[in-house]
Amino acid sequence: MRKHFLHLLSCAAVACCSLFATTAAFGADPIKIGVISEAQAVAGSSIGPAAQLAADEINAKGGVNGRKVEIVVYDNHSSAAESVRAFQRAVNEDKVNAVIASYISEVVLALEPWAARLKTVMITPGAASDVITQNIAKDYEHNKYTFHGYLTSSALAGLVCDAAKDLLVTGEKMKSAVIMSEDAAWTTPLDQGYETCLPKTGLKVLDHIRFSPDTTDFTPIFSKIESLKPDVIITGISHVGTQPTVQWKSQQVPIPMFGISSQATNSTFWKDTNGATEGVLYQAVSGPGVAVTPKTLPFVDAFVKKYGNTPSYAGYTSYDEVYMIADAVRRAGSTNSDKLVDAMEKTDYVGTIGRVAFKPKGDPHVHGLKTGAGYITGLMLQWQDGKQVNVWPKQLAVGKVKFPSFVKLSSAR
Amino acid sequence: MLFWQILIDGFAISALYALGATGFTLIFGVSGVLNLSHGAVMVAAAVAAWALAGYLHADPYMSALGGVLVGVVLAFATYFVTVRPIQRSPRIAEAEKEIFILTATLLWGIIISETIAYFFTNNAKTVLPIVEGVVTVLGVRTPTNEFFPAVICWVAIGLLWLLVNKTRHGKAVLAASMNPRGVTLLGIELTHIHLAVWLIYGVLASIAGILLGMFLGVSSYSVGPLTASAFSIVVLGGLGSVSGSLIAAYVVGYLETVTAYMVSPAYRTIPSLLLLVIVMYLRPQGLFGRR
Repeated sequence: MRKHFLHLLSCAAVACCSLFATTAAFGADPIKIGVISEAQAVAGSSIGPAAQLAADEINAKGGVNGRKVEIVVYDNHSSAAESVRAFQRAVNEDKVNAVIASYISEVVLALEPWAARLKTVMITPGAASDVITQNIAKDYEHNKYTFHGYLTSSALAGLVCDAAKDLLVTGEKMKSAVIMSEDAAWTTPLDQGYETCLPKTGLKVLDHIRFSPDTTDFTPIFSKIESLKPDVIITGISHVGTQPTVQWKSQQVPIPMFGISSQATNSTFWKDTNGATEGVLYQAVSGPGVAVTPKTLPFVDAFVKKYGNTPSYAGYTSYDEVYMIADAVRRAGSTNSDKLVDAMEKTDYVGTIGRVAFKPKGDPHVHGLKTGAGYITGLMLQWQDGKQVNVWPKQLAVGKVKFPSFVKLSSAR
Repeated sequence: MLFWQILIDGFAISALYALGATGFTLIFGVSGVLNLSHGAVMVAAAVAAWALAGYLHADPYMSALGGVLVGVVLAFATYFVTVRPIQRSPRIAEAEKEIFILTATLLWGIIISETIAYFFTNNAKTVLPIVEGVVTVLGVRTPTNEFFPAVICWVAIGLLWLLVNKTRHGKAVLAASMNPRGVTLLGIELTHIHLAVWLIYGVLASIAGILLGMFLGVSSYSVGPLTASAFSIVVLGGLGSVSGSLIAAYVVGYLETVTAYMVSPAYRTIPSLLLLVIVMYLRPQGLFGRR
């Protein structure tokens, strides 16, 4: 009994010492960052692990002003209602200083008023709706706590058009396009963006087809597109991806697909579609083996080493966002939300996807990312023989555009 | 040209709907169970076939067969885990059993779909196609992959018809759907019939799921819509009536295809849902319902 007691005592002593050791290394309270994300969705499942990786790296180098960065993860099961509850718990009970939230626009839009009410900095690593930043512009004082850490739909449309100009108009002498997108919140501004910017690049928009995400048969859609004889199909798909791609291949639609296809960014897409994605061109901010910045590949390597799989697009941004928040806390010298907002607005940080800076107050997309030359330009990748090959922009390209045999380019037709 | 296109496309997708709904209506006809885990069984079979091909490198036939096996096991599990305990429970009032089974199968379906999402994510998967390529029929370039499901669906439905109408065991199943008490009086064990029906159901639902996986691709997201689509087809055709479900499947399939071609793919499902509402008003027992 006595021996037992001694044992217990020594255990307690060791525990005390180790506790003391950590508090000695990290003097003040930790900086707590809540991560609300979708553990089951491919895009969302990287958000938490990538944030943890960044926190571990920062802590290994001594933290922020001697304060440790701590990540608290909440799984929202892709539900807006569960995300709101998680946000309330994160702020009121777990006392987080900032929140990184979701890749789903509908979820982020549901959290935006809560970031305002609870005066807590929130940044999304993957949602795209333009309404997120429009809300901030409408009522800045109230909504200024929200930051949009990924591209807005209209910005995405602009980047697709930039790539289309070089690759399709200059490269393949294409003249006409049909827009094909899923009916969802994020594609409304995307389609508007496409319709404005495609004609400017030299591609005439022949038609604009929006389809229900529940579509069980894409044959009518592809037949209609084919009868219009466009040179290219410009896509806006995210909730669906496998289905139209598989039917594009099995129906042997002779027109290339080019644009946003979020599921095609996943490394598993080849397997999911049994290779039907061969030749599909998609926009992304990162890609395997593409050194967008000097930080990109070391991040991917560290992620693969630690978790055994490659990060989704939202993993890159989530990783950067932890560094950005830590940097803002360092510059603000405090975790006070208003001071943190001021410091976040001054962010000028080269992350894994490019140089990150936020649009200033007064811009219709305030707190959205700056895009274009010098900031984030994005990439255009193509699935070739089971691999994602970057083909644009030129200085980062590792391959050339090529299509499966059933695709007949208009220049050859 | 457009006419032939609609005819061919509508035929293929309707055949898939028909096969999916047949098992669903059979179970209801024989045992009065509305199995709301239907979509989950279909998706599980398809994802199993995909996983067998992807991870174990099975050929298309073996992986499809494995998928059917998983579907049948799940169908039996549905019966033994959720349906039978409630049917036999002395603590649940007889009148409330239907609603208990409805809830139990719904929850069971959610459990299956969440499990699939946990292990395989909710990205859609495509089952390795057994046939590939395109054929031009009447000027319409059609994927062989579109005819194949239609043929398999009709073979399966034809075999079911033979089984029910021409064999002794099948006739017992048919009799049970008309008058369960009468069947027991003839000395046939009703439990055996239930087991047989769940077996048939498992086979039909799995084949439908796997064919859909080849044609389109399925994910855990498809679970709800698949159950809903089978449910509305069966309600439209008349609960428990197999021939009613087949006709309703074709009505829905063609209505959707015509809408997608002539109006807009965004409104694809709306006319068939409106039709369902109208039928509910004018003929609540469904187009060919007996009850």
